Amino acid sequence: MAERDYDVVVVGAGPAGSCAATVLARAGRRVLLLERGPFAGSKNMYGGVVYPRVLDGLHPGWWESAPVQRWVTRRSTMLLTADQALTVDFRCASWGRPPYNGATALRPDFDHWLAALAEADGAELVCSTTATGLLRDPDGTVVGVRTDRPDGDVRAGVVIACDGVNSFLAKEAGLFEHNDADHYTLGVKETLGLPKDVIDERFNVRDRAGVDIEIVGGTGAVNGGAFVYTNLDTVAVGVVLKLPALAAQQRRPEEIIATLKAHPAIAPLVEGGEVKEYSAHLIPEAGMAMMPKLAGDGLLVAGDAAAMCLAAGIWLEGVNFAMASGMAAAEAADEALAAGDTSRTGLAGYARRLSGNFVLRDHRKLRRAPELVLSDRVQHVYPQLVANTVEAMFRVDNPRPKPGLRRIVTAERKRLGIRRRDLVRDAITGWKTFG
Amino acid sequence: MNHHVAREAPATSHSRESEFRANEAIEWPVAFDDVIATTRFDVAEQAHIVVDADVCRDCSTRDCVVACPAKLFVPTADGGILFNYEQCFECGTCYLVCNEEGAISWSYPEGGHGVVFRRS
Repeated sequence: MAERDYDVVVVGAGPAGSCAATVLARAGRRVLLLERGPFAGSKNMYGGVVYPRVLDGLHPGWWESAPVQRWVTRRSTMLLTADQALTVDFRCASWGRPPYNGATALRPDFDHWLAALAEADGAELVCSTTATGLLRDPDGTVVGVRTDRPDGDVRAGVVIACDGVNSFLAKEAGLFEHNDADHYTLGVKETLGLPKDVIDERFNVRDRAGVDIEIVGGTGAVNGGAFVYTNLDTVAVGVVLKLPALAAQQRRPEEIIATLKAHPAIAPLVEGGEVKEYSAHLIPEAGMAMMPKLAGDGLLVAGDAAAMCLAAGIWLEGVNFAMASGMAAAEAADEALAAGDTSRTGLAGYARRLSGNFVLRDHRKLRRAPELVLSDRVQHVYPQLVANTVEAMFRVDNPRPKPGLRRIVTAERKRLGIRRRDLVRDAITGWKTFG
Repeated sequence: MNHHVAREAPATSHSRESEFRANEAIEWPVAFDDVIATTRFDVAEQAHIVVDADVCRDCSTRDCVVACPAKLFVPTADGGILFNYEQCFECGTCYLVCNEEGAISWSYPEGGHGVVFRRS
């Protein structure tokens, strides 16, 4: 084997990369953590909620130092139509105490913190350096990466690509079978400045408690989702838009956000907020349907680069999947280096670990969810059916007597042109997926 | 893209208790250029997006014009596409929605450059 500069090169200091680097450094491996931004997290955005319990083992007591905005103690799921809103609002006081559940955090803060922990454990973090391609042996085995630094080739026993949703490294290695726009959504977000006491009042929380509002039906004719999250003194409001639908509907993302912000149920929450930052990022939305091969000879792929993000309607997670996949990739790389076999067979411990923990088990269980949640009926028809039903239940239009619930549902179903068998079939799919 | 557009008066920004009037369309209160001006970009000298104008001329859908969240692609009167790489979020939407094979070549900007999302 040719001389190598590092045991492992990890490309991308996001949640997957930094967790991978930490595990490897602690195992005594020489590990280089490459980041193309000027600091870890500088290229990264998401809606705003992270579930860090996956760090309990790696960084016990992580909540003492994690750069959290607010702890989510209130989670609302909202169905919107043009002028109606139905909210299921759940509050849980224990989520505001250790070990917590979800937290709002800014990715530049969170990722920077996680990368600094990797450095403290002995990983070598190099920022402002883009990995421009793979170094390969004549037989195709990956033996390092090219970077855009002068003399920037770095040779390593294993490369772990945590280079995000566009993963040019995984694509170059041929691990993706297809590259279909239909598998991606675009997240666009405004971070709005509001005084902390105004946020506390509007969202009905105190101190460091925060709110996570997930919205179905808030994106008009474009299939997708929407969200409102409370940070300490900013509110994140944004939309997630299916790419082909966005292009086909001829609606610009900022117009869709503007419409959402003007909705009677949303406007009172965000009014007067001054835009502090505008941001956008792609989301690998399709889960199992798009997941690449996880290993090549000398190469592993983790995090969004491997489409590990879970977009399953009522569960919207990604950073936790990235962190867990990064840890698993690092353990597998360490194991393969110890055994002297870093071929894809030698690296098979990665897929085995992911299959044994929540990463692939959740993805397999929820494999039908992304398609169901983004289907036309769930997006545009059922929110209207539910909202109209509730409106008919609570509308008091005396002297007419109250109609029965069954009559209301049947009448609304027919009015919206929903076939009973489609409703039954979707209900069964929903039950199979989420039940 | 880079020229400053005067902000239309954000009538609600100073009133905490601003009332919402249902059924009244709310104008997008801030010009898009002002919104994207809130984001930091350390622009690289070298463009990381390359557009083949000849291919674009044959494109009838112009999906990049609609979908790019930074509004970097602008159709011209003569049927071409003008683009700007400077205020790019580096999301990848443009090359994914592009129907015309090879019209948009997209890579990451030089290390240390491009969009820089802010720490709190």
